[in-house]
Amino acid sequence: MPLNAIELAKLFHDKNPGITPGHRMCPGCAAPNVVKFALMTAIAKGYHPVVGLATGCLEVSTTIFPYTAWNVPYIHNAFENVAATISGVETAFRAAKKRGEIPPDKKLAFFAFAGDGGTYDIGLQSLSGAVERGHKFIYIVYDNEGYMNTGNQRSGATPPGSDTTTAPVGKQIPGKLQLKKNIVEIMAAHENVYVATVAISEPIDFMKKIEKALEFDGPAFIAAHSACVRFWRVNDDKAVESARLAVETLYWPLYEVERGVYRVTKKITNPKPVEEYIRSQGRFRPLLSRPDAKEIIEELQQYVTSRYERLLALEEITKDKPLRGPWAKEDFQTDEHAM
Amino acid sequence: MPELKGWKELPIGGLIVEPGNAKQYKTGTWRVLRPVYQPENCIHCMQCWLYCPDQAIVVEIVDGKPKMRGYNYYYCKGCGLCANVCPKSTDPKTKQPAPEEKRAIVMRPETDFAEE
Repeated sequence: MPLNAIELAKLFHDKNPGITPGHRMCPGCAAPNVVKFALMTAIAKGYHPVVGLATGCLEVSTTIFPYTAWNVPYIHNAFENVAATISGVETAFRAAKKRGEIPPDKKLAFFAFAGDGGTYDIGLQSLSGAVERGHKFIYIVYDNEGYMNTGNQRSGATPPGSDTTTAPVGKQIPGKLQLKKNIVEIMAAHENVYVATVAISEPIDFMKKIEKALEFDGPAFIAAHSACVRFWRVNDDKAVESARLAVETLYWPLYEVERGVYRVTKKITNPKPVEEYIRSQGRFRPLLSRPDAKEIIEELQQYVTSRYERLLALEEITKDKPLRGPWAKEDFQTDEHAM
Repeated sequence: MPELKGWKELPIGGLIVEPGNAKQYKTGTWRVLRPVYQPENCIHCMQCWLYCPDQAIVVEIVDGKPKMRGYNYYYCKGCGLCANVCPKSTDPKTKQPAPEEKRAIVMRPETDFAEE
């Protein structure tokens, strides 16, 4: 069972959950909370977290020389290969365990954190490879829908109509034209994987999913809604509010896919119109002054509604029908190449 | 900001050998709005502690229960997330922002405290 805020405060009031204060993320950024929730769950469950970071906001602002905000084992390699790096760390751990260099009852949890640029676009191939090989690690993407570290460039995660520097709203085009890439479905298609979406406005649901990922026999992928208060042009204190609104408007449906079995973890009976989410953020404001704004919002509304209906239908169809059984892991866990 | 080391004193490869030494870095200077704690209204639900991105909420355990004890202004960047998630910031009846004297956390401009 995940712990509530009071129980967590009892455990962590005098120690840092992996990440320490003094990091230089923007005031009000949601990414430190994503990290905090994930690592707190792992530590509370008796795991020793090991963290790999892809290049991105989180990496550049937590490890500015001569400081580091990490008090757990930490590795950074490059933008595109955090999944490959952490899978190597995980393999080294298993080999050392086999040789008896690490006590057999020591539990380690391997986390890879990356932004949406390092996941949707640049790091996709190494992530796909690591998941296909079945390494036991948890990949968490804090999705702030753009290359916010370098100043709001368009990424595969940017929603349509959003104003970015490389796809600005102007006379010719209404911001980004394409819909957001559905990374959750791409990762779920690897079949032998636990995939979930989370939002910081639902901490219990968040930690439940992290717990499930820790116990899952194989790789896990978690997509976290993570507001960028700077380039979403919202107030500093609105990160949790916009996550809540994203869940309530079905823009960010909360669900999980465990070896092909879908489960919608938060069912929304009366969803708010997606227009409310769009109007709450300044990055859509240039779009709203265009005459075709209504059509773009309407298109997005249709997309989120049909996606949610599809998820509910998939939940019904895939009930108790996992695509792969637990046998899938055996050829990997008993292998010899780990030596 | 500490004195920068010369190349002879630096660890080989420019490694950072002390884990979590960002704790020495003062992010409190970034603050524009200062959260002011009003203990008489606090219900110690720990929502502010849970959501603080900078772990700037001071919590003390009294009789096995966590109690909010104000802020660590060395780290607080003044984002106001704590005041936003605080249940006392909303009036339970009208669902509108509560009057300041009933809130547990009030955001005030840092200039009010300039003399301190």
